[in-house]
Amino acid sequence: MWDTLINVERGQELVISIASGKGGTGKTTVATGLVQTIENCSYFDCDVEEPNGHILLQPSIEQTEKIYKPVPAINSDLCNCCGKCVDVCEFNALINIKFDIVIIEEMCHSCGACQHYCPHEALSMRRKEIGELRKGNTGNGVLFVDGVLKIGEPSAVPLIKKVIERVKPDVVNVLDSPPGTSCPMIEVAKNSDYCVLVTESTPYGLHDLVQSVDVLKALRIPFGVVINKFEDAFKDIVDYLEANDIDLLMTIPFDRKIAEAYSSGKIPAIFNNEERNKFEELFKRICSKVKTTGAEVV
Amino acid sequence: MCKTYKQIVVLSGKGGTGKTTISSAIASLLSNKVIIDCDVEAANLHLTLKPRVENKYDFYGGKKASIKQGKCIECGICESICNFNAIKNFQVNPYECEGCGFCYRVCPEDAISFELQLTGRYYKCDLHDGSKFYYARLEPGETNSGKLVSELKEKAISNINESVKWVVVDGPPGIGCPVNASLASADYVLIVTEPSKSAMNDSIRLIGLLRILKLRAGIIINKSDLNEEVCKAIEHYAFLENIPIIGRLPFDEQVIQSLREGKSIIDTNELYYLKMKDAIKLLKNEIRDHKNKLVEI
Repeated sequence: MWDTLINVERGQELVISIASGKGGTGKTTVATGLVQTIENCSYFDCDVEEPNGHILLQPSIEQTEKIYKPVPAINSDLCNCCGKCVDVCEFNALINIKFDIVIIEEMCHSCGACQHYCPHEALSMRRKEIGELRKGNTGNGVLFVDGVLKIGEPSAVPLIKKVIERVKPDVVNVLDSPPGTSCPMIEVAKNSDYCVLVTESTPYGLHDLVQSVDVLKALRIPFGVVINKFEDAFKDIVDYLEANDIDLLMTIPFDRKIAEAYSSGKIPAIFNNEERNKFEELFKRICSKVKTTGAEVV
Repeated sequence: MCKTYKQIVVLSGKGGTGKTTISSAIASLLSNKVIIDCDVEAANLHLTLKPRVENKYDFYGGKKASIKQGKCIECGICESICNFNAIKNFQVNPYECEGCGFCYRVCPEDAISFELQLTGRYYKCDLHDGSKFYYARLEPGETNSGKLVSELKEKAISNINESVKWVVVDGPPGIGCPVNASLASADYVLIVTEPSKSAMNDSIRLIGLLRILKLRAGIIINKSDLNEEVCKAIEHYAFLENIPIIGRLPFDEQVIQSLREGKSIIDTNELYYLKMKDAIKLLKNEIRDHKNKLVEI
C-alpha cells in the first residue's frame, strides 16, 4: 500500500536502506548478503557508532578521510562575557561561568547562531574532528564506504550525513542503518528509496518493528520486512504484517550454524548456496516494489 | 544525603547480544532495587517484567520551528542561515529541523514559531515484588533520545528511598548520545558481549568510551560456546585490559523460546539460573572490592 510513494526524482539510482528498531536482528547480515548478489553496487555502513560491515565484507581500504564538524571558538580578547551566545544556544553548548564562557563541544549542533549573534565578533568557527570516513573495494568489486565515529563523540548524525554524501548515481546503493528509531536511523531511512526492516521472531522484535513501521510511514518511505531467527510457531509478526498490509520479503531460519558463521565474520549468503538464492529473490522483490534501475542480479 | 545504592549500567555496544535478557535476570535475582530501561527507542524490558504502570509523564524533547503562513513575506533569510537545510520553499521540514532556533530569532517579520514538542512519554511502574521500574517511549521519528534518557533517570533516582541498594539500568546499543546519557552517575558497567567478531569489535569501542568517562566494568560473555576462538580472544583482551569476566552463558535455543513466551530465562532454565546467581555474586564482590579505589579499568 505504500508503493505509491516512490521518490521518482532520483533518476536512475536506487538507494536501499536496511534498518531495525531492535539491535542485533541481522541488519548487517541482510545488507552484506544483498550486496553479494547485486552487480555493480555499493555498500555504505551508516552505523558509525558500531560499524561492522567491514568485518563481513573485508574490503581493502584505499582512502581514509578525517571528518570534522564546526564548533565555536572564543577570542578572549574580544569577548566581554555578555552572554548573548549563551542565550541563543538551544543545546546548552555554551555556559557562562562568571568571567568566562565555556564551550562544551560535544553538545554543539553547529547551527552557527552563537557566532551570528555575538555583538563583539568574538566567536569564530573552528573544526573539531568527529571521526573518519573510509572508502575501499571488496574483492568482487563492491564499493565500500563506512564512517567510524570518534570514541567519545556523542552525535553520530553529522558523520552519517558525510557517509551518505558518497552515495553513487546510476547504481544500487545499500545503506546499513544504525539501530533505533531516532535521529541516526531517520537520517539513513529518509535518504533511501526503499527500506528493508529486519526483525526477529520474538515479542521484542515485534514491539520494535511496530515503532520502526511508524517512523517509515511518517517519512513516507516504502518498506518491507525480513524476519530473521524465523520460527513458524511464533505467529505474532506474520499476523501483524498481514493485518497491516505490509510485505514480508524474506525469512531467515533460526539456526545455530548461521550464528556460528556470522561469529567468525562470514556472510551467510556466500557460505550457503540456498541462502544466496534467497538474497537474489529478495533483491528482485525489492526491485519490483520500486522503480528499477536496470541493475541486474548477478 | 549520602548515596545508599550502587548503580549498574548494562551495555553492549552491539545490539542483540542479550542486554535485556541479562537485565531481566538481574532484576529477578536482586532485591531492594530499582530497574530503569534506558533503551527509549526500542524499550523491551517491560515485555518480560510485565509491570503495573503507576504513573505516566509527558516528555517535551525540544523545540521545533514552523513558519506561520500569512505572516511570512518570503524574504528567504531563514533558508539562507539554516545549516541543516531544513527550510525549503518557506516551509520547515520537521525531520530536518534540529531545533536550534536560529531561523526564529533571525526572522525580521516574527513569522516563525518555535515551540516545545511532546515527543515521548515515560512511565513509573510497580513490579510484582514491589520494587520500582521505569521505562520510556520516544515517539517514532523523534529526536533527542539522550535527553529522554536523562529525564527518565533523573525521575527514577529522585524517587529513591534509603532501602534501595541497587539501581540497574538496561542501556541502549551504540556508543553515542543515549549511551552517554545512560552512563550518568554510574558506579559500574556490565558489558554483555558474545563471541562474534562484530560484538568483540563493538565491545572494544565501548570500553574505549568507558575509559574516557573513567568508569569501571565487567564482562558477561553470552552465547559463550558459539565460537571458541573468538571467545578466547575476548577473554585475552579482557585480561590485558584488566576487566573481569563476570560470567559465561552458553548458547541455548531455550533462551529465545523463553523470550517468545514472555518469560525470564532464569525461570525456565536451571543452568541459567545457577550461572546468573554466580555472576551476580561475582558482580557484587567486584563492586564492593573496589569501593575505595577511584578509577581503574
